[in-house]
Amino acid sequence: MKVAVSSTGPTLDSLVDPRFGRCALFALVDPATMAFESLENSGVESAHGAGIATAQMIAGKGVEAVLTGNCGPNAYQVLEAARVKVVTGVTGTVGDAVQAYAAGLLKPTSHANVASHHGMSDAQGRGIGAE
Amino acid sequence: MNNRLVISIASGKGGTGKTLVATSLAHALRGRMPVTLLDCDVEEPNDHIYMHARLLRTEPVTISVPFVDESRCINCGMCHDVCAFNAIAVLGSAVLVFKELCHGCGACSRFCPVGAITEVPHEIGVVEEGDADGIRFVDGVLTIGQPMAPPIIRHVKQYTGTDGVTIIDASPGTSCPVVQAVKGSDVCILVTEPTPFGLNDLRLAVETMRELGLPHGAIINRAGVGDAHTEEYCREEGIPVLMTIPLDERIARSYSRGVPLLDALPEYGERFLDLYQRIKELVA
Repeated sequence: MKVAVSSTGPTLDSLVDPRFGRCALFALVDPATMAFESLENSGVESAHGAGIATAQMIAGKGVEAVLTGNCGPNAYQVLEAARVKVVTGVTGTVGDAVQAYAAGLLKPTSHANVASHHGMSDAQGRGIGAE
Repeated sequence: MNNRLVISIASGKGGTGKTLVATSLAHALRGRMPVTLLDCDVEEPNDHIYMHARLLRTEPVTISVPFVDESRCINCGMCHDVCAFNAIAVLGSAVLVFKELCHGCGACSRFCPVGAITEVPHEIGVVEEGDADGIRFVDGVLTIGQPMAPPIIRHVKQYTGTDGVTIIDASPGTSCPVVQAVKGSDVCILVTEPTPFGLNDLRLAVETMRELGLPHGAIINRAGVGDAHTEEYCREEGIPVLMTIPLDERIARSYSRGVPLLDALPEYGERFLDLYQRIKELVA
């Protein structure tokens, strides 16, 4: 089953985007074959509730998990309701992230790892990685 | 004279002295005409500290949020599609409502093809009406954790007097709550301090006034604390400086103790009456 990775670019060598709700692109990858498709994030255009819009879009793509840097509380709630696993703190390239996931090295989280609006201005951290 | 005058007090930068000006002006005019003071800084109202009003009534403020009858829902996603605020998400298994994003527009319930959505009231705060020795005093208090101030501000503004003078104390900044507070007033007084931060935010506030087409003037508070750039800016931009309050430790002391300015320094009564005259001239 495919996974969705928030991405800064259109290839497997692109870096993982630390934001879920407002990333520009998603990479939909089948970990078994590394077959890959790039998807524009329609949620990024939202004035409000980008996390919710993005999560709803991803939920409709039939993925089993989302790999991303940070996921806020509203997005997490939607993904959880859609039974999509969420892995936060993911860095590096999209390809490396999917392979790490396939090897069982990345564990899903049970809650949002940042507060709402984290990826927009004034963020304390760099938005990459999580404790 | 039975005309009514609605004066809003805004700033840009916080902590410049809006509440000092709003409450002092109300006190100076008390007894001379009907005076209404509306504290529209609903996230952190503080006028009450200087007004000592007798509370007359408290009214809850609610907005309408959607309630979905899941037994009727067919998961078509129409509610999500029409929502401009992403306040409702539709998944195969469930519909999630995000109340804090909901603006109460009613589109979701209007467009649901099977009538599965009803609107229910969601309390976001209260409005309190009181009497401060003849001054009608009203404030709004947004419940902690609630993100939307404008509905409460709109409610408070319903208490705008039909005669005399109404003074509206707004919150700092230039975003939605401020626009909501000052919109429709006859004139807006921008209270600023003569410092680089104060000036930066004053420029933003002036831009907002111009966008709203609202007559405005400035009050420079804590004159002496910074530099002359603010005065220069006002002169260059043709913004009348209606009053200058000097940096004075006595004002800071009494203010920090919750003592109204006109009680601590009675000579300011005359100065605020002058301010009122200048405001009237500005609007005329």
